[in-house]
Amino acid sequence: MKFSVMVNEGPYTHQAADTAYHFIDAALKAGHEVFRVFFYHDGVNNGTRMTTPPQDDRNIVNRWSALAAEHDLDLVLCVAAAQRRGILDADEAKRNGKDADNIAPGFRISGLGQLIEAGIQSDRVLVFGD
Amino acid sequence: MLHTVNKSPHDSSSLRTCLSLAKQGSDLLLIEDGVYGALSGSIHSDTIAEALNNVTIYALGPDLKARGISEDRLISGIKVTGYDGFVELATVNDKVQSWL
Repeated sequence: MKFSVMVNEGPYTHQAADTAYHFIDAALKAGHEVFRVFFYHDGVNNGTRMTTPPQDDRNIVNRWSALAAEHDLDLVLCVAAAQRRGILDADEAKRNGKDADNIAPGFRISGLGQLIEAGIQSDRVLVFGD
Repeated sequence: MLHTVNKSPHDSSSLRTCLSLAKQGSDLLLIEDGVYGALSGSIHSDTIAEALNNVTIYALGPDLKARGISEDRLISGIKVTGYDGFVELATVNDKVQSWL
């Protein structure tokens, strides 16, 4: 079965980023496909590589990047939500005249159309948030 | 349909709203702080116990454990499942409604 997941909450807020991760991990282990993970609203904060949690805490961002590398996941940050919160890739940084980018490996920035497409292409869409 | 509720019934009306709208035969999975809704002996327990006549209610085991809630404190009839069970519920139901 083909799943897509929407994450609307930032990391280290309540629990949505963790629940989404564990659900996706379990789905992949069960042999299902994950078509796309779409990060919207504060969820885009899951995609900054500047995150530096204490060493004895889980690194939510690195965990996403590692899962994406292992399973070729498509992790998409909403562009408008990302710009508002200062999450930029190299192209967006250049386009907006910023001096740096901060997107984490495995993530890409795109638009809401990607969420609509995920809904069309997937058998199920699950939403995690606050 | 699978419904998921992630808020405690003491914080939010989402569990009550979900139960008032869920159709007969639906599945409901309590996750995150939603697992507080599975506790017996609370002001909400009777409503939730009564809902078990219409819907099958599950609570996510790791979230119960994270909150120190042992299974013997749950409303009778509520089932405990893991993330693998969550995936299975999302598979066997044709839609998933997250009550946020």
